[in-house]
Amino acid sequence: MASIIVAYGRLRNQLRDYERPAGELLTGPGLWLLFSGLGIWALIGETDAFVIGVVTGSVLALGAVGLTLIYGILKFAHFAHGDSMMLAAYLAFFVLTGTVVGERTDTQALPWTLSDLPGATEPILDFSFGYGLLIAMVIAAAVMAAVFIVLDRLVYRPLRQRGSGIVIFAIASLGIAIAMRSLILIFWASSPRFYVPGIRPTTDLPFDIRIVTDQIFIFSAALVLAVLMYLLLFRTKLGKAMRAMADNPELALVSGINTDRVIMWTWVVGGALVGIAGVMLALQAQLKPELGFILILPLFAATILGGIGSPQGAFVGAMIVGIAQEVAVTVGFLSPGYKFSVAFVILILILLLRPRGLFGAKT
Amino acid sequence: MTTVLEASQVVSGYGEVEILHGVSLRLERGEIVAIIGPNGAGKSTLMKAMFGLLKVKSGTVRLDGEDVTGAAPERIVRKGLCYVPQSENVFPSLSIQENLEMGAFTRTDGFRQRLDEVYELFPDLAQRPQLRAGKLSGGQRQMLALARALMLDPKVLLLDEPTASLAPKMVGDIFDKIRNINQSGVAILIVEQNAKEALSVGHRGYVLAMGHNRLEGTGQELLASEEVGKLYLGA
Repeated sequence: MASIIVAYGRLRNQLRDYERPAGELLTGPGLWLLFSGLGIWALIGETDAFVIGVVTGSVLALGAVGLTLIYGILKFAHFAHGDSMMLAAYLAFFVLTGTVVGERTDTQALPWTLSDLPGATEPILDFSFGYGLLIAMVIAAAVMAAVFIVLDRLVYRPLRQRGSGIVIFAIASLGIAIAMRSLILIFWASSPRFYVPGIRPTTDLPFDIRIVTDQIFIFSAALVLAVLMYLLLFRTKLGKAMRAMADNPELALVSGINTDRVIMWTWVVGGALVGIAGVMLALQAQLKPELGFILILPLFAATILGGIGSPQGAFVGAMIVGIAQEVAVTVGFLSPGYKFSVAFVILILILLLRPRGLFGAKT
Repeated sequence: MTTVLEASQVVSGYGEVEILHGVSLRLERGEIVAIIGPNGAGKSTLMKAMFGLLKVKSGTVRLDGEDVTGAAPERIVRKGLCYVPQSENVFPSLSIQENLEMGAFTRTDGFRQRLDEVYELFPDLAQRPQLRAGKLSGGQRQMLALARALMLDPKVLLLDEPTASLAPKMVGDIFDKIRNINQSGVAILIVEQNAKEALSVGHRGYVLAMGHNRLEGTGQELLASEEVGKLYLGA
């Protein structure tokens, strides 16, 4: 009798040991299998939507990588990320066209803008825009980096020094998001705008795919920036210090890493990414004040799906969310207005099944 | 002998809660000094206060004769005092080599040479420099934590319970390493639960209780002391 009880106890302990790996297997490789299966199906069956999804995913990726970096190092959800993207898009619009308020007929325009540079609006290759937009994008990226540094000094650093909780940070960033959107409304009003008006040139790709040429630019830019981010995080001392700080801020301090400077550079990198992402977003869709806020949901879905704090994860997560959104709409069971609900469903599923995401570290 | 690290009448704690009510100790060049005492005596708190992680309300901390009370950890590290926290003392998502690079963050030259020296001291780490630290076992992690703190070639090392929750065999290995490090000329201050081991490795020891100095003496004296035996060695 006693030996049966002992054997039963041993068996139960063994089962308990297996319980977790089994769950891991189901949610880890299982999720990968699910997403790659759906991805291949979408690629073959809904090729056009898949390609558009990759472009949407590229825009999301540029935002999500910055979002996850800020989360990793500063440990709070930066709710102003989407609105920062839109603010950046409008800043680029401003330096390009000089337009301030254009709701009525009393549009105020600057006497000189980037568009006045010789040949600045001449389309490059088959794209819709000229080099003026590229300069405007760089300016937007630089200004957003500066804006983030100033916001950190004025808002987040005092909160850090006071030892505020993450909820306070999140609410503060939400307030900044609303302020940014209101600024856009004050200066540029609510009607949609475009960098370049008119019909956009398209390109035929193999397999009968026709896409707007600008979208090739968006995808390429996302790829180039992903590679640059990889090099920054894995090949430079600053990038390694960023990852170290994301791992363990106290140990980073103990190691002699100047954590204040790492935080500052995080905002610089995040701001630059936001600047470029915003211009890409407006190029892909349009300039619209509320677009940034709407984007928060897919951005967070992508970040959490990939594993919050993981830049590789954010990139992959953004692609999955982008493709899922576009494919779900074309497959027909969703009207385009409900596009963003797909991100919401993904977000809930991930939080239930595997909160640490695809690339997140075990805790 | 010259004093490399000295705390005098240090009062410190967490926020409003005062843990240390005026603790003093000194560490001579080339020494290993053990701090022992029951839980809550303030051993770890003392280390954090000396390293600038906690606010020192009164008293002074001197490193090589220079007042470093309340200095930022970054500055203290540059002056040659490195610290190994008790737990979470490696960067789990970074590789072994990246962990060591972070240990050498304030170093501007001679990184390669120092890396080779440290790898020589820890040959196990040199075998798989690209392995993520999160995949290491408890004992290997502790070795990496020691190695990280040595990257700046410090004069003084603070070790907070380096053998806590390690298998008995590993405990011996860690103490052997600590002896090796000390023989290479690094003064070591060590906080330990393993009082017997720590006192036999240490040249001198301090016994803390309730945030005060209780006893002080050479390792042998304290090991032989009836009071220490009764209180902390379970004799």
